[in-house]
Amino acid sequence: MTLAIEVEGLVKRFGAHRALDGVDLAVPAGQILGLLGPNGAGKTTMVRVLATLLRPDAGRARVFGYDVVEEPHQVRRCIALTGQFASVDGNISGRENLYLIARLLGVPARRARSEATGMLERFRLAEAGGKPAREYSGGMRRRLDLAASLMGEPRLIYLDEPTTGLDPHSRNELWAMVKERALAGATVLLTTQYMEEAEALADSAVVVDKGRVIAAGTAADLRARVGGRTLEIRPAHPRDLAALAGSLALEGLDGRIDQETCVVRLPLVEPDELTRAVRAVTASAVEVLAVDTRVASLDEAFIELTRSTA
Amino acid sequence: MTPTTDSAPTVGVPPLAGSARNGPRDVVRQSLALARRNMLQLRGDPGQLLDSVVMPMVFTLIFLYVFGGAIWGDRPGDYRQFLLPGIMVQTLMFASRSTGYLLAVDFDNGVMDRLRSLPIARSAVLTGRIVADMSRLLLGQVVMLLFALAIGFRVETNVLLAVAALLLTLLYGTALAWVSAFIGLTIRSPNTVQSVGFLWMIPLQFGSSMLVPTSTMPGWLRVFAEANPTTLVTDACRNLLAGGPIAGPVLGTVLWSVGLMCFAVPLAISRYRRR
Ligand SMILES: Nc1ncnc2c1ncn2[C@@H]1O[C@H](COP(=O)(O)OP(=O)(O)OP(=O)(O)O)[C@@H](O)[C@H]1O
Ligand SMILES: [Mg+2]
Repeated sequence: MTLAIEVEGLVKRFGAHRALDGVDLAVPAGQILGLLGPNGAGKTTMVRVLATLLRPDAGRARVFGYDVVEEPHQVRRCIALTGQFASVDGNISGRENLYLIARLLGVPARRARSEATGMLERFRLAEAGGKPAREYSGGMRRRLDLAASLMGEPRLIYLDEPTTGLDPHSRNELWAMVKERALAGATVLLTTQYMEEAEALADSAVVVDKGRVIAAGTAADLRARVGGRTLEIRPAHPRDLAALAGSLALEGLDGRIDQETCVVRLPLVEPDELTRAVRAVTASAVEVLAVDTRVASLDEAFIELTRSTA
Repeated sequence: MTPTTDSAPTVGVPPLAGSARNGPRDVVRQSLALARRNMLQLRGDPGQLLDSVVMPMVFTLIFLYVFGGAIWGDRPGDYRQFLLPGIMVQTLMFASRSTGYLLAVDFDNGVMDRLRSLPIARSAVLTGRIVADMSRLLLGQVVMLLFALAIGFRVETNVLLAVAALLLTLLYGTALAWVSAFIGLTIRSPNTVQSVGFLWMIPLQFGSSMLVPTSTMPGWLRVFAEANPTTLVTDACRNLLAGGPIAGPVLGTVLWSVGLMCFAVPLAISRYRRR
């Protein structure tokens, strides 16, 4: 199995702050990997290191076997980057933006023209193709940015939060486009803050927080890891929250107090945990308003994962 | 030809983009593609032209008709013949600031991220910028010369020397554009680049024979003004267009320009590589 991305112990510091703090990652060729994490987790930093835009301080990163520090040119021949913020040139037309990329990649002038036109059509920009890109809407700019990065049929595509600012229609289109590329053999590294997006697209997902990988697996794996189901116990008085959590602890259960919504929340993993929890609640003699079990949404799973490292 | 190892197709994996190593022909093609984009940018943002051509024209009229009498007094000859070559040099100096500014803007809005993640020669980005800026400088010089002729300036030499004047000022402008590139790559914010680019040139511009004869300056300033490359290039331009000794100022301009570039080019390149 060829590895498209291979990262070992990657560290990137900004001053005293460690944006990446020892990241390991392996992405097999042809896969779509979702890189998940909250704001400031280090997703963009990770992508920038892998795109040869930032030098790591320690560890190593290889793209199709090429080291990002030692052989940046070879790495650049494999990759395409769609950054978190659209990087199109607003002063020239969409068509010229694409033509420039094609020419830089060595495509002869005439073919570069027709490729640019083809891309504009595929991304529903044919009509606006001649207008300066600064007159495009946010979504159009994003599509142009994506078109620009797909110009050279790259082997490995980095998409940094590609769907922020897209309407649902454009988002579905982008998802379809990404899947199509993967079917054609490309590897995709996609950063996102939404589990839903990772589940829709990615073969597997890696969750980072504070520069570290805190979980990895398929979206379904991650959901299972945070329990899948959650028990929520709501006492009549907020002051009883601690007592409830205490008696759960006596049963060996790790309930988490949520002051805001006034519930104690307990991820249910083992089959007998529900019975033990009910027993604990009865034993505590706390007046309880409600006991509910809920299936955790993926986003809750995500919040749960990132909170546990706090 | 050396065999390339990556031509063996792996099933389903797209081939690598670009060439295994950028040869001279690749670099030329990439630089020209970027120069083209930079020129188109000019068309997309005519404000740039306004700044570099219309401003000096307004400046000329003010100097010629408002200050002209006071500056020139009852010297022999026409202040017009003295001023307009100076204004051409000033136009050039102002226009050279855009090099750094536009580089900083490219870094600021993410275009540079895209360029730096493509398999192109690092040098192509700077070369493409400078080539486009040289065309812009030359265009500005030609427009200013036509404007000068329109308001009564006379070329007293010949066409050949007039062309030489344009090329010489272009050489000096290119040297300044490299300094500007260094400033633009060192300072991150485009607005600061703009101000710094303006400030460092003030002594260079006003401590020179660009707008006024150096003979009325106090001694210490005259020493500075006479060593100032702006004085040399202005005198050279003036004498190439309106007659006078050529060899000294031309040689001085060439030496200064080449000397400046010997520092500014490697500094700018190393700055670019490190960002
Ligand atoms: N150029 C920089 N200089 C200083 N600190 C930086 C720089 N770039 C990133 N950081 C810091 O590194 C950390 C990780 O940033 P990064 O942009 O990688 O996060 P992210 O996961 O992409 O976040 P978001 O979801 O908001 O895009 C943050 O704390 C950020 O402040
Ligand atoms: Mg980010």
